Amino acid sequence: MIRIIPRLDIKGPNVVKGVNLEGMRVVGRPELFAPHYYDEGADELLFMDTVASLYGRNTLDEIVHRTAERMFVPLTVSGGIRSVQDIRGVLRAGADKVAMNTAAIANPRLVAEGAEHFGSQCIVLSIEARRLPDGRYECLTDGGRERTGKDAIEWAEEAAGLGAGEILATSVDNEGTGRGFDLELTRLISERVGVPVIASGGAGCAEHVRDVVLIGKADAVCIASILHYGCLEAMENVAYAEEGNTDFLKRKIPVSSRSAHNRRGIQPVRLAELKQNLADWGIEVRRTERDAA
Amino acid sequence: MKPVLIVDYGLGNLGSVARAVRFLGAEPVISGDPALLLDAERVILPGVGAFGVAMANLKRLDFVAPLKQYAASGRPLLGICLGMQLFMEESTEGDLHAGLGLIPGRVVRLQEERKRGIKVPHVGWSGLEPDKREWSGTVLDGLHPGDALYFVHSYYVQPRNDGDVLACTTYGDARFCSVIARGALVGCQAHPEKSSGPGLRILGNFLDVHQH
Repeated sequence: MIRIIPRLDIKGPNVVKGVNLEGMRVVGRPELFAPHYYDEGADELLFMDTVASLYGRNTLDEIVHRTAERMFVPLTVSGGIRSVQDIRGVLRAGADKVAMNTAAIANPRLVAEGAEHFGSQCIVLSIEARRLPDGRYECLTDGGRERTGKDAIEWAEEAAGLGAGEILATSVDNEGTGRGFDLELTRLISERVGVPVIASGGAGCAEHVRDVVLIGKADAVCIASILHYGCLEAMENVAYAEEGNTDFLKRKIPVSSRSAHNRRGIQPVRLAELKQNLADWGIEVRRTERDAA
Repeated sequence: MKPVLIVDYGLGNLGSVARAVRFLGAEPVISGDPALLLDAERVILPGVGAFGVAMANLKRLDFVAPLKQYAASGRPLLGICLGMQLFMEESTEGDLHAGLGLIPGRVVRLQEERKRGIKVPHVGWSGLEPDKREWSGTVLDGLHPGDALYFVHSYYVQPRNDGDVLACTTYGDARFCSVIARGALVGCQAHPEKSSGPGLRILGNFLDVHQH
């Protein structure tokens, strides 16, 4: 079965969403989104700490801790994890897996040590890549800001060899744009490594998810914008903390008619609806009892 | 009801099992003290990692004989993932390792088929299929064929007696025993504590707490 993993980018107390990992706008409280997605049949949840390197990680640990008390699907935490001690702390807060990018590139031993201490199933290698003019993919670090010169496909293979249990492949070019996943990036990694590949970055509609499974050969798909806006459409009042760029929520225009993301081709969708679409296209997904009824 | 003992032998994230137990209304106790097995009424043996390391840890912490005695007494014991595999006589993981030998059979590796997208480890949600036994009155009471659980594993159990198989799961060409039950011994290859509704149902049945 293909796993659908809602991704919550966390900045301080809020879930945010940007484009190309930049220009974060507040979309609401994590306490709104996480239970909503759990109830709608999320196969896992991914929490991405967007500012971990700047603020330390206590807020996110708290959010994960509260989520883990009531939501019994795998939880992955990403962002700002630099040591075995950090991994232990995140797992203790209630996460099942950690995803690492910047620290793993700086110190590949961390992937091996993490796998030795906690098992490969805990260690997700996160790759944030952009396509170069010659068609190769380069790894970026620090939230897509720093270049590394490292080839993303080769790094995926190396990290799997070191003990990474899954690869999370994010296209920085497509992230938040709604123009679809980078199918080539996903396919190249999926064909190269023997561990599951989670595609991330670019979903604008259900068809994009279908394509990254059938053409990109993704084993799991991470989705943010289309689900968040689908979730917001279903809500009357959105709770958020007055921190960061909250203009989007203040304007209270119906989500589907908001020009900014229509222009970018984001078509909001409910998680249950997305799974129904995928099932209709012959892709095996987990159906919850409620769907079947 | 007495607390549910979750055996801590240094492998795996025991917190998530404890949280699910607490959510279901029972009281979990995580402990690495084999003496607690003497008068425990319900025990969970979790586990993630390598079979050989797990057995070595159980031996070092003097858990092997007490666990065998506990199982022989007919009190409920639930093995999760690697914990289930440890019930068997032996595993081919790495070198050949002897297990606890509570259920006849062995542990073997899943076959990878990269071209067809059959990757190992098997990570993700897969459905439970009935085998020869009825589910009603067992730990799978209330579940339906096809209900999916969350798996993370490279090895699976091959019980020698068909009668010990409660449910199977198909991954690639392998149709393996995903839930095993023999008397008060229950093993689940998937992680019920991470498998949302159906998983909580299995744990609830084992704990004999009914919320539904």
